Amino acid sequence: MSGPSTIKSVNPVTMEAIQSSRVEPGDELALVRAAKSGDISAFEQLVKRYDRNIFRLAQHITQNREDAEDVVQEAFLKAYTHLNGFQEQSKFYTWLVRIAVNESLMKLRRRRADKTVSLDQEIETEENSMPREVTDWRPNPEQEYKQAEMNQILAKTIGGLPGGFRTVFVLRDVEGLSTEETAEALQLSVPAVKSRLLRARLQLRERLNKYFKQPRGSEAKA
Amino acid sequence: MTCKDFLKELTDYLDGAIDTRTRAELEEHLLWCHNCHVICDTTQQTIQIYRNAQPYELPESLRTRLQKAILSKCKCVKLPKPKRKRARAKS
Repeated sequence: MSGPSTIKSVNPVTMEAIQSSRVEPGDELALVRAAKSGDISAFEQLVKRYDRNIFRLAQHITQNREDAEDVVQEAFLKAYTHLNGFQEQSKFYTWLVRIAVNESLMKLRRRRADKTVSLDQEIETEENSMPREVTDWRPNPEQEYKQAEMNQILAKTIGGLPGGFRTVFVLRDVEGLSTEETAEALQLSVPAVKSRLLRARLQLRERLNKYFKQPRGSEAKA
Repeated sequence: MTCKDFLKELTDYLDGAIDTRTRAELEEHLLWCHNCHVICDTTQQTIQIYRNAQPYELPESLRTRLQKAILSKCKCVKLPKPKRKRARAKS
């Protein structure tokens, strides 16, 4: 098999740009401090800033819309109640994510009547993450599906990942937390986050293959 | 560099969290290894596709309802007063 003739330059997929456009750290800290002193409108600003993110995260973990709605309410209420316990040593959002992850896990435990549910369950072995099918994808494969259809594919695909992988992928690649912030929010080590992220990315890639791969015989000839 | 070595470094490579020398070695590997090139390219696309599409968007009507519910509950919460630092007596 001949090698590729050109290599596309890889753009780093860190989301610093998105994060920095989302919020100015000083601005956020001012809101947190105002909320701590009882300014409910400052807390309202924080809710409006992060409710979409928390909803997405909760739905990814619980895989249930009603539970996700509950988690949004309970996470923000808990954050407000314990605001004075927030030491301001990390970002407010990272702290909020940690609360939301815990609330989501509590929902899963109640739903499954299983007290031992954790994000570490169903973590598969290294071999299960190794690529099995290596096929080029069609150009712009996502454009071949209608938006609703595409959303269904993505939700189904990510829903099939073990919870521990899914949560790391969502925090890191969808919500744009850094590796260190993800580790802090999930109380994992940085190497554990990196390992889970790699396996999550590879498994998702493998699962999306069946929707996006080039039909046989249509590969571009070198 | 073997394909296994390449996969081990893939996440850091895609995140741009890699030193110049390792990056050069990985890119040299990509020049001749078609399989790793495809894996790298399709993994990058996977991330981009998930980032661009939001399968769990919060509808505006539900959002408004949730915000109202959160804030009305918060208004019922009595926050403990933040502890004030004691002013040191001047010596």
